[in-house]
Amino acid sequence: MRNAFADEVTRLAHDDKRVVLLSGDIGNRLFDKLRVQSPSQFINCGVAEANMMGVASGMGLSGLRPIVYTITPFTTTRCLEQIRIDVAYHESPVIIVGTGSGLSYASLGPTHHSLEDFAIFRAIPNLQILAPWDAPSLRVLLRSALASESPSYIRIGKKGEKDLAPIETVPSIGESLWLKNGDDLCIMAVGTVASEAIAAAAMLADVGINAAAVLVHSVKPLPLNIFEEVSARFRAILTVEEHSRIGGFGEGFLAFLGSHGLQRRVETLGTNDKFMPTIGSQDFARSYFGIDAINIAKAAKRVIYKTP
Amino acid sequence: MALNQASSPSFTELQALARLIRFRTVRTSHLSGTPHLGSCLSCIDLLVYFYWRVMHVNPASPKDPLRDRFILSKGHAAPALFQVLAERGFFPLRELDHYGEDGSIFGEHPPCPAHLAGIEAATGSLGHGLPMGLGMALAARIQGLNYKVYVVLGDGECNEGSVWESAMLAASQKVANLTIAVDYNKWQATGRSNDVLALAPLADKWRSFGWCVSEVDGHDLKQIDEEINAHACDERPKAIIAHTIKGRGVSFMEDDNNWHYRIPTREEVYRAAEELDIASASVDLEGRMPISHG
Repeated sequence: MRNAFADEVTRLAHDDKRVVLLSGDIGNRLFDKLRVQSPSQFINCGVAEANMMGVASGMGLSGLRPIVYTITPFTTTRCLEQIRIDVAYHESPVIIVGTGSGLSYASLGPTHHSLEDFAIFRAIPNLQILAPWDAPSLRVLLRSALASESPSYIRIGKKGEKDLAPIETVPSIGESLWLKNGDDLCIMAVGTVASEAIAAAAMLADVGINAAAVLVHSVKPLPLNIFEEVSARFRAILTVEEHSRIGGFGEGFLAFLGSHGLQRRVETLGTNDKFMPTIGSQDFARSYFGIDAINIAKAAKRVIYKTP
Repeated sequence: MALNQASSPSFTELQALARLIRFRTVRTSHLSGTPHLGSCLSCIDLLVYFYWRVMHVNPASPKDPLRDRFILSKGHAAPALFQVLAERGFFPLRELDHYGEDGSIFGEHPPCPAHLAGIEAATGSLGHGLPMGLGMALAARIQGLNYKVYVVLGDGECNEGSVWESAMLAASQKVANLTIAVDYNKWQATGRSNDVLALAPLADKWRSFGWCVSEVDGHDLKQIDEEINAHACDERPKAIIAHTIKGRGVSFMEDDNNWHYRIPTREEVYRAAEELDIASASVDLEGRMPISHG
């Protein structure tokens, strides 16, 4: 995903001279092409994220379209106040990109995990929260965020993610993608962990359970149309996100059900309210928190057979 | 006072203007219950200097892409900035009659630029204005525009790490169109700024960070002007370390840190008026009930 990001930013910077990439001293060689092509549109702001976010806001208020890029915790919680005030309150058209989000950097330990960004940002006005599930959806969302002129946060993975859907099927901000129809339950999955949900749906099919799969990239605005459709068509629903179960997408869906007086059999899968005590691969960490394909399939059976 | 056109007024005229703005700030603090009077009075000469002597701004076109930008990074001195902007013509002075009332845009800190003409950044949380100003200055260079950016910081504000992050990036990027003034009044909220965190030697700090540094008496407009002009062609970002007196202009407030929070009484407003050469007939507190947000 990060290679697709670098490639897409290089194209955008070529076509739109307002686009400036601010990097927090990361992405060794990743932006070489951009730096040669558009040297004035790339600034390495050093390991100084609070300043970088304020600089981005000032640029956005002065006619530019800055994109801020570094590892997710450092472009989110590290400089949260600059995001809240300088970017969101000023409605400065800044795109904040967190790379290696969720458990991508599980092997680096909890300092490099980002499992609370949705929860924190959902409460900040004016800020869009976007979580592409693969490289094509990242390309589309980057362009959509730029066109929206709205402060936007895009959390992406690292490298090697499999493409889940063709680029022409990626829906606009606030919409979702029906990837697979089904009758027994619906799995709504956010961001890169959607690949686990798709694998879970295949496992369920092997045992005769027909799961629908919806890919979600908009955490704010929430995809309310999909919520209406899913809650109208299904009694059993799973949400999956590589984020704390507290305050994320799943709770957003539960709030939707609650405010509409709807009762459904729902499990919101996400990470537990704890810091992971050991290191490991991203697959290991997903399994540890029960958001891998096997555990999603188990949860699917629980919500299908649970007595209402 | 008809200096709205900024036709290069004399220093004597600007001093009189600074006294008037000092008085209006004191009066408004009394009427609206707005604190930080000492912090306002220490930087009013700097504000007057920038707005009437240096910056290219047109109140009739506050969003002109070519305008110079001013950011009051020590946002708690907004009561002074509001008076400056009104006098400079960004909005009518009478709008300040409702200062501090429920629903007013005028409070303790500058609001979002979208909400008030003349404001470039909603400051108040310290350490934000310089990074935003640096972004604006870099944007000028990237877009090939000629405007300049001016930022006033507090000495207490220099406690914030983001100030020094910004100082390093401004130096590495050689951002020549950025000028800051540090309102070095030697106090912060609860103590001497050099006791709370070791701030001195402040000018040397900025110098060692790669900036073009001048030290001036922050109440001497002529001296500030000479230093600004002397370094106009320097290719580094510029820092003016302005030695100031907190509460400057009102003898019983000067260098007394109680005025970081204290609100002047009616009698104190009249005493301040006398010291600032304001006729007591124009103090005009009659029929006005002070607001308390206590």
